[in-house]
Formats: sequence, structure tokens, C-alpha cells
Amino acid sequence: MSRIQSTFDKLKSDKRKALIPFITAGDPSPQLTVPLMHGLVESGADVIELGVPFSDPMADGPTIQRASERALKQGMTLRGVLDMVAEFRKKDTNTPVVLMGYGNPIEAMGWEVFAKRCKEVGVDGVLTVDFPPEESHDAFEHLQRYGIDPIFLLAPTTDDARVERVAKLARGYVYYVSLKGVTGAGNLDLSAIEQKIPQLRKHIKLPIGVGFGIRDAATALAVAKLCDGVVVGSRIVQEIESSTEQNVVANVSKLVKELRQAVNKA
Amino acid sequence: MRLNEQMQSKQMYDYPDSTGHFGQFGGIYMAETLIPAVEELRTQYLRFRDDPEFKAEFAYELKHYVGRPSPIYHARRLSDDLGGAQIYLKREDLNHTGAHKINNAIGQALLAKRMGKKRVIAETGAGMHGVAAATVAARFGMECIVYMGAEDIQRQAPNVFRMKLLGATVVPVESGSRTLKDACNEAIRDWVTNVESTFYIFGTAAGPHPYPMMVRDFQCVIGNEAKVQMPEMIGRQPDAVIACVGGGSNAIGMFYPYIEETNVQIIGVEAGGHGIASGQHAAPLTANAKVGVLHGNKVYLMQDENGQIIETHSISAGLDYPGVGPEHCLLKDQGRAQYVAINDDEALAAFDALCRFEGIIPALESSHALAHAMKIAPTMGKDKVLLVNLSGRGDKDINTVARLKGITL
Repeated sequence: MSRIQSTFDKLKSDKRKALIPFITAGDPSPQLTVPLMHGLVESGADVIELGVPFSDPMADGPTIQRASERALKQGMTLRGVLDMVAEFRKKDTNTPVVLMGYGNPIEAMGWEVFAKRCKEVGVDGVLTVDFPPEESHDAFEHLQRYGIDPIFLLAPTTDDARVERVAKLARGYVYYVSLKGVTGAGNLDLSAIEQKIPQLRKHIKLPIGVGFGIRDAATALAVAKLCDGVVVGSRIVQEIESSTEQNVVANVSKLVKELRQAVNKA
Repeated sequence: MRLNEQMQSKQMYDYPDSTGHFGQFGGIYMAETLIPAVEELRTQYLRFRDDPEFKAEFAYELKHYVGRPSPIYHARRLSDDLGGAQIYLKREDLNHTGAHKINNAIGQALLAKRMGKKRVIAETGAGMHGVAAATVAARFGMECIVYMGAEDIQRQAPNVFRMKLLGATVVPVESGSRTLKDACNEAIRDWVTNVESTFYIFGTAAGPHPYPMMVRDFQCVIGNEAKVQMPEMIGRQPDAVIACVGGGSNAIGMFYPYIEETNVQIIGVEAGGHGIASGQHAAPLTANAKVGVLHGNKVYLMQDENGQIIETHSISAGLDYPGVGPEHCLLKDQGRAQYVAINDDEALAAFDALCRFEGIIPALESSHALAHAMKIAPTMGKDKVLLVNLSGRGDKDINTVARLKGITL
């Protein structure tokens, strides 16, 4: 059983919702990423989404764009991100890690090499924002061969037929993009999410995480009530941006604890 | 037998396939939120493409609004001076708004109108596509937002003001290299946010399917006209057609109708910047860049060993882009088209030459195509004919050229 599946199984039997924080690898600096990951887990993260920085992050708002720029400026690469996961696994063999980013750095490395390395270092899932099911066939064959879960996005614009298609390919969990927009946008519409999730469940038997636009404990709680897990990215990256290297781990941990407490009420 | 061979070759070149691929290139590499939007666009485009009413309206606009057909002009003094092949120019610079970009903008605006979209967005590099989008938005009564890199806004001030005069909102893009690719990123971010109300008028024959096919189809009027005009002028087709390639929309518009005319050589001219060896250029095909994925399609892409897109350089904002349309990638692999690069200084020399010999101020983009023609013409006989697509006029570039010459206007 995959780490993602056993994590969600346990959450389900505990009647808890997953908290899935996102940080960009290499932000604010490469040496702080692994300490931040451990901090996230200690503060209550169930799954970590680790962003692979890309020069042209088309689906991201300004906050995560800047995080990518900071990371790239310090020489962050996909190889470097994979090494960080290896480092993280020395102390934590339980928490699932999902790499999230764009396809080109993986294309450049080669999917086979990438998938193999994911397996070696202990990556559990891969979410490639700009690789929809239509273009994912070869890529995900490699992931599956090495037991890495392909995580797919669903959106408010996704119709029933596409949901069915994604349901057949997806493993681990499915990431529902809560709004039409980029990461960190401010137009979260709870009633729209409430309507959409039951439609998704008709086909999706995997846990459904919801992200984009969740910016505080209140929205985290409200969204957690509607699904199986909440993804918080831009808000955490904002905290990283406004912290110093000395207090960033403490500040992020404090924020994630607040989110954890909120999600526990769901 | 001859006819049979021709028919076979016609059957052989049939791209893109139904999933939007040109061989290994193309596709729909987009975030999920936009996939239904590109699907809808594909369905609507295929529905209207062969609709007699749509075709008639497109033809009417091209004739009465754009001023087509654009003439072909024999650059006789320039050719004489070079002493070799005769250079002919397809005068897309004479179109309304001064470039080929209007052909595609009209086509997409007519589609947007039929799809009930009241808001259009566009990215622009040199500003010619932005001006074309702003123009058709005014013409058809739509709101228009144009994303333009802050660096390009500086380089192309006259076009920025033209867009504003036409009622468009020009949004400066400060991220990344502050040029065309970043303007594309920002337009995609707008589209994902306003997907239901908004039509993205994409400016080049790249991006997710159906854009490479649709933009090509709208731009093919260039090559289709030329195929009729050349025999009228010289009794035959040219020996080569030459066009500049950034994303490659003017080039594919000229090339596509000539693909099966196997006696006609096809040459695409990329921006060599400071020279391929310098690394500061925008010539992914000439420099043998690796295949990658950006802006919705798989293409030859300028990138570092880690798959990060690298900053490009060209004197011409319209060619300053790290990728290239998927059909050009295929034509290169098939060997049907050749791709070469022209450096900044060579383009500038061609710009000057056309001004002085023919009284035509060409766009810096088009000057690249012209420069290559000027390079090869002296090596060819006087009976040979090169048809250069003069894709745009150079009024927008006078500030750049003045600055390069150290002149203050």
C-alpha cells in the first residue's frame, strides 16, 4: 500500500481531514527546505506538497512566482529537489511527499530517470500542472512502473466525462482546484465547492483534496468540511516571504498549527 | 503517375492529427481549468471553419478592412545591387495596422463573436499583434486587454500608444525576462481566471491545439495569394520562399500552401541575436535546442540542462521568444523547410538597405528574412527568384534603430 493511501486510510478511520501544506523547494533558501518540511510535519501536516520551481509558472499567482524566482536564483534544480527528499526521508519515513510543478524540468531529465529517482528518494506522488490526462500517457507509465502516484487536478470547468476519465488514471488523491484562477487568488466560492464535490464523488473514489485560495483558519475549516483534505500554498509561502531565515521555521510552524486546529474541527 | 505521386504526398502531409499533434510536437499541455476552454475552442473552430457564412465574412473583412490582397513587389534596385537572384516582397506591411498579424486577429475575433465572448485578451511582443487585437476589438465592439513585457513596452512605445488609442488596456508584465514569453504567461493567468467570459486571441502559430492549426489557417491567405500572384508576375512559382520565424505565424502562412510545391525551397529565418555561438539569440531551431514543453505545446525550446527556460535576445521584440510553433519543428525534422539565423547587425543592415534602395521601411522582424535573401541572392543566378514575406512595416522600430545608431530623436 502506498504511503499516500495508508495516510488517508488512517485519517478516515480517525475521522480527520488531511492538512496538505505546500512550500516551494529552495525557498527561502535550499538549506532551509528540509527543516521547513520537518516543521510542517511537527505542526500537523499529513502530506507535503513540495513545489519544484520553474521559470515560467503559468498557473501560479505572484506569491508562488516569487518563491520560484527566489529558489531558482539560488541554483535550485529538479535534481536538487529530489536530493532534499532523500535528506528528509532520513528522519521521516511516514509522511507522504508529493512533488508539484510543471512538466518541462521532468521532460529535460527524462521521465524514466525521474520516476526511478523518485522511488529511490521516497517521493510518493507527482502532480504536473501542465500535463493533462491527454498528454500524460507515456509520462505516467513510467511513474506507475516505479509505484509513484500520479496526482491529477480537477477544476470547476471540468465536466462529468473528464472527471470519469481522470478517475481511471488518478492514484493517491485528486486535487480539486477550488476556483477559476491562479494560486493565491481571492475569489473562493464555498457554495460552488459544496455543489461540485458530490458530482466529483460519483466517479472519484479516491480522497479529494481542495486547494487554491485557502488563506486562513476560517477558510481552511470551511473547505475541510466539504472534502477530505485542504491544500494551503500561497498563504504559507507568504509567511516564508515575510520571515527572516532565523524565524521562518518557527513562523511557518505557528501558522500550520493554527490551520491544523481549524481543520481538526471539521 | 505524377498525379498519383502528388496525391500521395498530399495524403502524407496532413497535420495536425485529431489530437493536435504535429508528429511528436504540439498537443494541449495546459492546466486542467483551461482544457475545457481549448476543447470548446477546437469544437467551435471546426464547426465554423467550413461554414460558408463564416468564410464569406472573413473574406469580406480581409478585402475591405485589411485591404487584401497584399501586393507582391519586385525589389529591382536592391536585386540589381546584389547582382544575383531577384528579390520579390510579399507586402504584408501594407495591410491595415501594418503587419500580417491582422489576418489572424480578424479570424479569431469573428470566432469570438460567434462564441458570444465580449472580452478578448492578447499577448504581444513587438506590439503588432497587440495592435491587431486592439483593432479588431474596436471593430467588433469588444473589451480588450493586452499583456506586454515591460522591456518590450520600452522598446515599442509607439505601438503601446496605438493600442491605447484603440481603446485597449495595456498591462505591463514585470515578471521573468519582461518580454514576450512572460506576456504569454500573464495572458494565460488572465484566461484561467476569466475563462468563461474571455476569448484569448493568441498571436502566433503555437500554443495549445487548436491555436497552431487555427492561426496557420487564418494566415494561409499570405501563401495562397502568393501562389496566384507569382505566376501572374513571372510565369512561375519562386525558387524559394523566405520568412522570419519567432513563433512563426507569418512564416507558416507563407510556407503551408507551398509545402507540396516541392520545387520551391522553404527557408525560415530565426533571430541570431549576437550570434548563435554567443548563446544570446532566439533561434531554437538553428541552435538545435532540445524538445520541451511551454505555453501549451511541445516544441524545440531554448532551455538550460535543468529544463528551465532561458532568456533570449533579439534586436526585434517580435522574434524574442524561446520557443517556436510545432509545425515548424516538424518541417525542420522532415527536412521540408530549412531554418537559419540572422544576427542583429545583419538584420539592421538589411533594414537600412530596404529603406535606401526601395523606399520601404521594414519591421526589424521582417528585416531578418530580407537579410537572409540578401545573403544568398549574390550566390544565385539572375534568373532565380526569392520571395520574401515582408511581414510588417518598421515605423514601430524607428526608436530602436535610432538608439542603436546613437541618434536621439
